[in-house]
Amino acid sequence: MIWQILLFFIIAFVSVAGIAFPIVENPIHWYEFPLIPGLEENAKIIFFHVPTSWLTVIAFFMSTIFSIKYLRKKDLVDDAKAHTAAQLGMIFCILATVTGAVWAKFAWGSFWSWDPRQTSIFALLLIYGALFALRSAVEQEEKRATLASVYSIIAFVTVPFFIFIMPRIMKGLHPGSADDTHSGPVVDFKMNSNMLLIFYLSLFGFTILYYWMWKVGYKSLIYKDKLDKQIK
Amino acid sequence: MIVIWLSVHQSLILTIIKTTKGSAKIKMTSTALFRKDLASEIRTRYAINSLVMFIIVTISVILFSIGNEKISDYLSGGLFWVVVFFTAMSGLSRAFVSEEERGTSLLLQLIASPSTVFSGKLIFNLILVFSMNVVIANLYTALFEAFVIKNLLLFSAAFLFGSIGIAISSTVIAAIIAKAGSKGTLYPVLSFPILLPLILILIELTKMSMDGTTFEEGMIEVAVLICYDVIMISASYLLFDFIWKD
Repeated sequence: MIWQILLFFIIAFVSVAGIAFPIVENPIHWYEFPLIPGLEENAKIIFFHVPTSWLTVIAFFMSTIFSIKYLRKKDLVDDAKAHTAAQLGMIFCILATVTGAVWAKFAWGSFWSWDPRQTSIFALLLIYGALFALRSAVEQEEKRATLASVYSIIAFVTVPFFIFIMPRIMKGLHPGSADDTHSGPVVDFKMNSNMLLIFYLSLFGFTILYYWMWKVGYKSLIYKDKLDKQIK
Repeated sequence: MIVIWLSVHQSLILTIIKTTKGSAKIKMTSTALFRKDLASEIRTRYAINSLVMFIIVTISVILFSIGNEKISDYLSGGLFWVVVFFTAMSGLSRAFVSEEERGTSLLLQLIASPSTVFSGKLIFNLILVFSMNVVIANLYTALFEAFVIKNLLLFSAAFLFGSIGIAISSTVIAAIIAKAGSKGTLYPVLSFPILLPLILILIELTKMSMDGTTFEEGMIEVAVLICYDVIMISASYLLFDFIWKD
């Protein structure tokens, strides 16, 4: 219970601070963010876009781990865990796509421009969609779990291509792309300490939130299965 | 139906009857499975007919929609792989779906190990994809003036390894589809995310060979294609056991 309350305060603080703290050229007070050239006011969406995309990847990774676990032990609990991770991943994937598109509109001029990262998050969205389509097509529990596990592992092995190959093939707009000369990853440059603090707090808060949601989600799935069996 | 099926498996059934008394294990080789698939394909010509018709339909739809317009070179190169993808999606799921439809998958599970089954189906799909792509490439070069390949060596490398990649991925997805029970609509949905990196690289390589880039410059992309094939084939062999056994 304690850490749920703590989580509430972290998320509340991050939301308020991320949206309301002013961006000024020479920050003096602790609540002022520095002006980052090239980002300006858009910088604030970092606090929400980066955690959601980070959780999209984490959820996909966890779903694959529990799929492998399911195939090894054939325990339906692992399948429920993998399924919940995929469900949450889908939610965060949509959030990351939307926040990214909004940011892209103001930073690059259009909502969508097939930047390599945009392509890979689109592929991730398709993979999640295909996973749910596959799940809804199979009635029998064990078979559904096995097929979904196999598919999520096969989808996972294509991920390196999106991370390492796409930036080479396509021109990138994100920092860290192949043809990007002026800046490294966002976190490295020109964020002052209070901005970094809120950024990491947001990352931490969202990760805990994900973990909590995941735990509640898979437990409810397991109880639902038990109830279904009792009724039958 | 049973009579036809028996005649295909005649030698096989005989070996089973002969060896059931002994403790010797009955084994079916992947080439035998391939020959059986080929024989039943030649008898019905289902996949070949539907694939050929699908190629003609897709290309003519593209031609009609272009009309008298001049399309750019790159666009015609991209459309080539669109035709390849959708043709593959229309016919390749037969490999496993036909076994489930005829109810022969249980017998296959008894007499052959999963990797043997996968190899046999993979050989069949490889040949099917390759001949299908050759037909598409020839038709395409004849019908599209904008589709001019300057570096043929680079394009053939992309063509070869791309066909292998498409065959591997679509075979393993076909196995999933056959077990999932919904045959038609799910197949392209599941295959597209898996084939997406492959298709993007293939389109890029086609552009490069249209520009006349040297083979050495396109080497890395070809290496990526080979990587994809190797990763996919090892993942498929590892995971096929779980799909195949009920």
